[in-house]
Amino acid sequence: MVNSKDSLIPCLGIVTDIRVDTPDVKTFRVVASDGRKPFDHMPGQCAMLSIPGVGEAIFSITSSPTNTAYMEFSIKKCGCLTEWLHMIEVGQMITVRGPYGRPFPVDSAFLGKDLLFIAGGIGLAPLRSVINYCRHYRKRYGSIDIVYGARTPSDLVDYQEIVEEWSKDDGIRIHLTVDREAPEWTGHVGFVPDYVKSLHFDTNKTAVICGPPIMIKYTLQGLCELGFDKKQVYTTMELRMKCGIGKCGRCNIGSKYVCKDGPVFRCDELEELPDEY
Amino acid sequence: MYKTAKEKLPAVLDAISRYFSLYLPVDYEDGAVFEAYSYGKTLSSKVNTVKSPKEYFFPQTETLVNFKVDGKSLSIIDPRRESEDFVIFGMRACDVKSLAILDRVFLSDPIDTYYENRRRHGIIVSMACSKPAATCFCTTFGIDPSEPDGDAILYLDKDTLYLNIKTEKGAKLLTPLQGIIVDCEQNEVDTQKNLIRERLKKLPLSSLQTTTFSSGKTDDFFSSEVWETLSDTCLGCGSCTYVCPTCHCYDIKDFKTADGIRRFRCWDSCMFSDFTQMSHGNPRTKQSERFRQRFMHKLVYYPTNHDGIFSCVGCGRCLKSCPINMNIVKVMKALGGEGNGKQ
Repeated sequence: MVNSKDSLIPCLGIVTDIRVDTPDVKTFRVVASDGRKPFDHMPGQCAMLSIPGVGEAIFSITSSPTNTAYMEFSIKKCGCLTEWLHMIEVGQMITVRGPYGRPFPVDSAFLGKDLLFIAGGIGLAPLRSVINYCRHYRKRYGSIDIVYGARTPSDLVDYQEIVEEWSKDDGIRIHLTVDREAPEWTGHVGFVPDYVKSLHFDTNKTAVICGPPIMIKYTLQGLCELGFDKKQVYTTMELRMKCGIGKCGRCNIGSKYVCKDGPVFRCDELEELPDEY
Repeated sequence: MYKTAKEKLPAVLDAISRYFSLYLPVDYEDGAVFEAYSYGKTLSSKVNTVKSPKEYFFPQTETLVNFKVDGKSLSIIDPRRESEDFVIFGMRACDVKSLAILDRVFLSDPIDTYYENRRRHGIIVSMACSKPAATCFCTTFGIDPSEPDGDAILYLDKDTLYLNIKTEKGAKLLTPLQGIIVDCEQNEVDTQKNLIRERLKKLPLSSLQTTTFSSGKTDDFFSSEVWETLSDTCLGCGSCTYVCPTCHCYDIKDFKTADGIRRFRCWDSCMFSDFTQMSHGNPRTKQSERFRQRFMHKLVYYPTNHDGIFSCVGCGRCLKSCPINMNIVKVMKALGGEGNGKQ
């Protein structure tokens, strides 16, 4: 008898929808074999997905917990397992286990705060879960600003949702940017860290950054220059993981394990860890 | 406490093996190894085995789950079976202590049920170290090899075998050993204990100190220049990790079999270059960083997460196995852990 609570034994998942987001990102909708959502989670938590015979890896859950019908994962094609995931078709069974890690403090530190989300590329995947959670419980939070950048307009993940849903909400301001000029792009052009600095945000906001490590580093620097305290800034980390439960020993930064002490860290907590990420 | 004549040891082993699967260290030309008992095998005379007996609880390779694939469809087969009781005979104090260190990892929430199953069924007969080796430094970590932990403790002197039953699990040995062992006083092994303690003081590594290390000292050591120098000749072979009784890092891999897919886990080493390799990069690209990770984990990170307990038991295996003669003792000394002259 399979006990799905047993952490290393996954449960079965069925891919019920595959959306092509960008040339190298697809969003997979997953339900358990009984047709329901595989398990409950909070924004920022992750899950282990696998194609048996290919491998298993950790992915952030991009759908919001308020979506009780299914889970979604936005996955960039960048390695062996993700290449395979990009080849599968609707109806394919995969395995899923989780949820893992510490979520964003959406029900504590974020309450009542003006929120500033800053994402680069596929870094929007974990933030989409928080953003949609905050949109669902809109009254619990102040204003919401979303700065999102990608290499080109076609690399913007969830572009349709951003334009058709997020930008129409009251009190949500969207700031999109792309790295280089592109035909038919009338929006801002430039890197995310510079764009954030130029927007001169109010320093009473709580900020959440996710993107490539170099983008996180310079954006955090930029926010600090604007007068933000590191205690106001959160990020979510990703390191190689095998177990997801703090035992296989590879996702540590100093004495912290990203899989269970993270993946969400406040930037002042990160500062106390050795510079090895 | 029980005793019998030392010459009855083969009878003791044979009697236990009739009731339980029995594993013991056996001597070979290249060193001792733990293996399954069969009639005629004798207990090793070496202080310690080449590889630690942690593999009876955390095997080098084990199946986690099997999958059947049928087109787009999958099914999961749980391979776990309840273990039967088994006996590890002749474990040294250091190796027994290493299980307490692994317990804190594998038995903390969420519990690793594979490990827990074996721990529940493993009966440990530890053995006092009458002749500790020059590479031993268990006392540095507060281990007393004259009084090891375990479900039962074995003492061997010139003529006599003593068995001190410590737990309910250990008492399971009394049935097979009925008629072989007889009651005796606890103090009959006192002379041997004292002799062991005297010998320990004279060991070359007895001055090694842990006072410099401990929890929360990441900043003190992480940026130290000694990592570059110490790891300069490290080959990244991982031998130290594979012989270490406290190393617990593992990998999970899939393997296609004739009729499905087996997902297994196997020991892994933070000394390997691809240990933290991701598609977007590697946080530890240099051997010195991987080398630092291994020792920082044992001396600083593990204690930080586990009430100041170090993740080393001073068994000395890495001192013997390293091809470039680098080891935790040299690391501790370089970071200020040499007691002599500093006190």
